[in-house]
Amino acid sequence: MNGVEGFMYPNEIALQWSVLIVLYPFITGLVAGAFILASLERVFRVEAVKPTYRLALLTALAFLLDAPLPLQLHLGHPERSPEMYFTPHSTSAMAMFGYVYLWYLMAVLVLEIWLDYRKDIVLWSQESKGLLRIVYKIMTLGSSNINEKALAVDERVGWIVTIIGIPSAFLLHGYVGFIFGSIKANPWWSSPLMPVVFIFSAMVSGIAAVMLLYMGVTKLRHHTIDVKCVDAIAMYLFYIFIIDFSLEMLDLIHRIYEADESFRSLNFLVHTQLYIPHIVIQICLGTLTPLILLGITQVVKLGENTRKRMYTTAGCLALIGIFAMRWNVVIGGQLFSKSFLGYTTYKMHLVSKEGLLAAIGLTILPLIFLWVLVKLLPPWPDTNIHKAAAAAD
Amino acid sequence: MNISRRQMLILMPAAAVAWKAVLAGTPEQSPNYKMSDHWWGMLIDIPKCIGCGNCVRACATENDVPDGYFRTWVERYHVSDEDMTNPEVISPDGGKEGFPVAAEDDKKYFFVPKMCNHCTDSPCTQVCPVGATFVSPDGVVLIDQKYCLGCAYCVQACPYGCRYINPQKETAEKCTLCYHRITQGLTTACCEACPTGARQLVDLKDPKDPIHEFLKTHSVQVLKPQMATGAKAFYNGLDGSVR
Amino acid sequence: MSGVTVACDPSHIRPYLEARTFRGKECFRSHWNQSQDLPAFSKRRSGFIMSKFKDAGHLFRFAGLFVLLFVVFLVVRHFVVPKSFGKYGHYRADAIGEIAAHPAKYAGHETCEACHSDVLDKKSKGKHAHVNCEACHGALVKVLPAPPPPTPNVYERMVALVIKPMPQDPPVLRHADDPSSVVPELPDTTVLCARCHTASAAKPKGFPQVVPADHSNGMACKTCHDPHSPAMDAGGAK
Repeated sequence: MNGVEGFMYPNEIALQWSVLIVLYPFITGLVAGAFILASLERVFRVEAVKPTYRLALLTALAFLLDAPLPLQLHLGHPERSPEMYFTPHSTSAMAMFGYVYLWYLMAVLVLEIWLDYRKDIVLWSQESKGLLRIVYKIMTLGSSNINEKALAVDERVGWIVTIIGIPSAFLLHGYVGFIFGSIKANPWWSSPLMPVVFIFSAMVSGIAAVMLLYMGVTKLRHHTIDVKCVDAIAMYLFYIFIIDFSLEMLDLIHRIYEADESFRSLNFLVHTQLYIPHIVIQICLGTLTPLILLGITQVVKLGENTRKRMYTTAGCLALIGIFAMRWNVVIGGQLFSKSFLGYTTYKMHLVSKEGLLAAIGLTILPLIFLWVLVKLLPPWPDTNIHKAAAAAD
Repeated sequence: MNISRRQMLILMPAAAVAWKAVLAGTPEQSPNYKMSDHWWGMLIDIPKCIGCGNCVRACATENDVPDGYFRTWVERYHVSDEDMTNPEVISPDGGKEGFPVAAEDDKKYFFVPKMCNHCTDSPCTQVCPVGATFVSPDGVVLIDQKYCLGCAYCVQACPYGCRYINPQKETAEKCTLCYHRITQGLTTACCEACPTGARQLVDLKDPKDPIHEFLKTHSVQVLKPQMATGAKAFYNGLDGSVR
Repeated sequence: MSGVTVACDPSHIRPYLEARTFRGKECFRSHWNQSQDLPAFSKRRSGFIMSKFKDAGHLFRFAGLFVLLFVVFLVVRHFVVPKSFGKYGHYRADAIGEIAAHPAKYAGHETCEACHSDVLDKKSKGKHAHVNCEACHGALVKVLPAPPPPTPNVYERMVALVIKPMPQDPPVLRHADDPSSVVPELPDTTVLCARCHTASAAKPKGFPQVVPADHSNGMACKTCHDPHSPAMDAGGAK
């Protein structure tokens, strides 16, 4: 009966949460991960990753602005979504997440970017002309105080914001994990490990994304990639990936060992429908391969170009692997019946509000946002970004 | 069936008054209904169910349930005494047109009508981000169609699979225990249509409800008790193999 | 400004007079901190704390923006949240009344019995005593097509692009309210009775069931059984 094997409760046959709901934790994960990378420099004083600091923040913002869009497309009544802010249900993780998102956007990310860029914004507001000048003027909030004391205040407050921002980033993506992890009705999701796994896989994806963006855009700009920077990022990526992998293996081993009533059904699912997405793509291609590649670079002394190629490959595979992890959680969790007696299939439409094209569009859109942000707030430390400074030289 | 004109003259105004109360909007305004006097549930008597599907059809008619979605449905179990963990279960179109004839064999068969369990500690209510689904003061889990976002979180959170998203309204929907009927002294459509009395509405706060006697003299179970949802759909004779 | 003599190069007084550039303000500030050139009232102003807050002025602007947005949020919330929200719990209490106001389609056996007492008399003595009228006869309603909504104006049409209008309950005629509005058709017993009474191993053993082909060979059940009191030996035979 149209893609159903065994028995499913009649209302379970069609999936409720589509590929857009897979995309959403992937995007918020990139946000959290990119921010953690930025905080490495700001709080933990890892000087090597400094070239990517501003880029990481802008990446986080670009993806955070895109994050609500898959949700809006999914909702039956998106025009009612302000209800989540006006009458949030305090027992609902989804409602509380609305506020965490808002907090993270305004009190952490936008504030930190503003404080870091403020001096440049004030300078640009004086140097530029026309519409851009108005935009920068608005961004200064009317204050053009960039003397040393003010900048010292910015530095201090920015440091505090980053300190608050690290647990906020964990909260941002941990909450997404909790949205799934707290559903007792679904044994594939229900687990206290879920928020932790989400956080660490988010860090992997965010760090990998910033690394790839940095390498890719630097190349496009015909500049030299700071290899020490990329080496440092890859090292952090490697260690966080190990933690992520360990957590996922812990979940798997625990499940296999305890073998509760859901195990037989889930085990069958992983060996049939989820074999390629889970075993092949997520574990082998998306986790083990990049771990091995990164591990080799940590242990064996290799040439710069080889290292860069390995990092690029590992980064791409890591991103694919983390996306596959989100897919396996969201889609996988809906493919089996809550009666544990049957399975259904996910029919992804191509052209539809929640179809593949929409998903691809929403993945490309943050890159467009990032392009706009990079043009508006250039993050490159190796170029002169002020005409006055250039003229003075 | 000849109705005398006198009978008509008596009945029409009475019907009109009752109808007006229904249209009045609030249960408090309907004659004699006070929410705090009631605590609703349902008793489902498995040995009595014959799998005719009357309840599924009646519910669909009464509540304009769209095709392919079910506020109640019937499952047929086919269980071996040697392996109770592997039942064969079917529910063709939710059991709406009944079931195919089963051939005699050495396994047991029985029917299990399913519906919203109107849980006291309802997980669907817990996860709703805006308060669109709620437990009413008289124990019925309801959905505010004007407030629901259609996010489907409640559909994911229900362990029993009784919720769906209405494709036309794009909001969540489920069994309302025929709230519009029980608040005016009628029973639910599924109970009305059941020919064997396998489904019976229960008012747990009504001391005169015969169900109290039934509960004292029979073993009743709820579905998935390990979920601790406080389910109020009680099953008499529920087999251990039922999922 | 008056009363302050600034002992410095006049060329950068002009930027200060325009009072728009940072350089001008820096110049003025550096002179503020030189006590010998300033009259007494300016000395009081240039305290340590004041200068600290002066340099954090932009943060107050950011915070101010937050506070403004929060106030706007609270105002909008006051108007938008439905008045009955929260009366009984975290939901719109009016929803209870709205749900209760749906028109009922099945009339309930007591309503049928009010007019059809003769059928009730026969049925209550037979095997179908507890089978309700509508279990076999159905709901006996006619659902009318929903009246066309009034033509939306331009504004309503724009709103409808975003806020989809909810489908309303279609109006319903019931035989129970007005017997002439819905004239019932007698159900076909060949089909109707078979639904319950076709023999199947799945049905409870004690339940009366037959194999229709063997039992009646295609004849309508009511040829021999009165549906209201079907047992042949209890006076139900025709």
